Amino acid sequence: MTDTLLKLEGVEKSFGKNQVLRGVDIDVARGQSLVIIGGSGSGKSVMLKNALGLMTPDKGRIFFDGEDVTKATGKTREKMRARIGMLFQSGALFDSLTVWENVAFRLLNSEGTRRKDAKERAIETLKKVRLGADVGGLYPAEISGGMQKRVSLARSIISEPDLIFFDEPTTGLDPITADAINDLIREMVGGLGAAAVTITHDMASARKIADEIAMLFEGQIIWRGPAKDVYASGNAYVDQFVNGRADGPIQPAI
Amino acid sequence: MQNPIQLIGRATLGLFGEVGRLAVFAGRVKIAAVTPRWYGGEILRQMVRIGFYSLPVVGLAAVFIGAALALNIYEGGSRYGAEQFVPSIVVLGITRELGVVITGLMLAGRVSAGIAAEIGAMRVTEQIDALETLSASRYRYLYAPRFIAALITLPMLVALADVIGVMGGWLVSVFGLGFDSTVYLRNTLDFVTTNDILAGLIKAVVFGGVIAIMGCYQGDRSQAGATGVGRAATLSMVGAAVLILAFNYVMSTLFVEIGL
Repeated sequence: MTDTLLKLEGVEKSFGKNQVLRGVDIDVARGQSLVIIGGSGSGKSVMLKNALGLMTPDKGRIFFDGEDVTKATGKTREKMRARIGMLFQSGALFDSLTVWENVAFRLLNSEGTRRKDAKERAIETLKKVRLGADVGGLYPAEISGGMQKRVSLARSIISEPDLIFFDEPTTGLDPITADAINDLIREMVGGLGAAAVTITHDMASARKIADEIAMLFEGQIIWRGPAKDVYASGNAYVDQFVNGRADGPIQPAI
Repeated sequence: MQNPIQLIGRATLGLFGEVGRLAVFAGRVKIAAVTPRWYGGEILRQMVRIGFYSLPVVGLAAVFIGAALALNIYEGGSRYGAEQFVPSIVVLGITRELGVVITGLMLAGRVSAGIAAEIGAMRVTEQIDALETLSASRYRYLYAPRFIAALITLPMLVALADVIGVMGGWLVSVFGLGFDSTVYLRNTLDFVTTNDILAGLIKAVVFGGVIAIMGCYQGDRSQAGATGVGRAATLSMVGAAVLILAFNYVMSTLFVEIGL
């Protein structure tokens, strides 16, 4: 057992001639909330998919709870994923299943929980993200984008994971709903004592969620520090990004 | 301007690469289908979608094919005074070839393209990634149930298409060409053998596998939003149709060789 729950060491990933990750080094400790900021195309989502094992890095190593899981398959990968929750940018709810079946998916399909018990736990978890039991019987297409994010959040925490990834949790939401999601994330992570890795370019969200913030630029972590220091980082790239200025060392992606 | 040899070489390598990827994918689906864990509810749901909902289209296609076949055989046969062979040739043509091929082709359009579009949409909306992060293998939860359901339902649909196709021939022959109903049916039943029916049903199992695997494969590989999903649906339909026709020829040859 180590304090570091997740560690990426020199991770590189290319797609053809496009090198997206150029040696990412980052770690997250138990109970810590780390937010990774960076512009579009900086490699945030690719880094997250490598950490989750949805992609295999070309170089470098990934450790989860001290174990090298870079090329883990089968039971090792399953064991690791059972301890991880993930909130996808789009929510990624299964259209063909009701809201409660989405929330209870892991219980029903991986943990073998009885349907009645799984439903009870799903409804309880929906309450934690402030959704009523009546929502449980609806299909994802019948609820709003903000509610879908909350359902996805409920799905990511139902098994009380040790680590939760949040991919752009507030994208596409109005500021009030986005703030409510930030509160929920803070509350859920604090309540579970889980580590959290959030990738976002929403600075309001980053400030609210993070203990520490790291910035990914051109496939490398170029700065990391406490959330309170992000506006006084002394790094020209970070300054430009957090203040949302078009002029500076980072060229706008247009 | 590229060297023609280079173009041919690149196309050949691309083809081999695609065949290899498809073979590996098919192997993984088959392993998932024959080893636990099985998702019974998903298999049943897919059987209803692939089998039950295909009944109208398969039934309509079969009745028209049977009717047209009877009419053409009558027309051709009458030139040699061989009209009496209509029932036997209709039942042979339907059970060994047309019933299964037409059902396969209709399902390549209705089912294979549908599977590709559904899985493609799941791929581009990150639902497949979500599935993997929830410790459920996409091969076991998504692909194996569709594969198993297609293997089971295709022979059922083909058996039904055989009956409906023969009835189509009977309808035209009795009400349009002046055949006696009892004689037509007796000739049909006397001529058809278990082997004729079996040959069609064996092909149906293979075509079921082709339809499900092509749909799942193209859906799994789809990228680039709506365009990618549309492309996956088209490729799965075309791929499944071509493979069905190719496998049909190979199996027909094999069945003739072994006397089935």
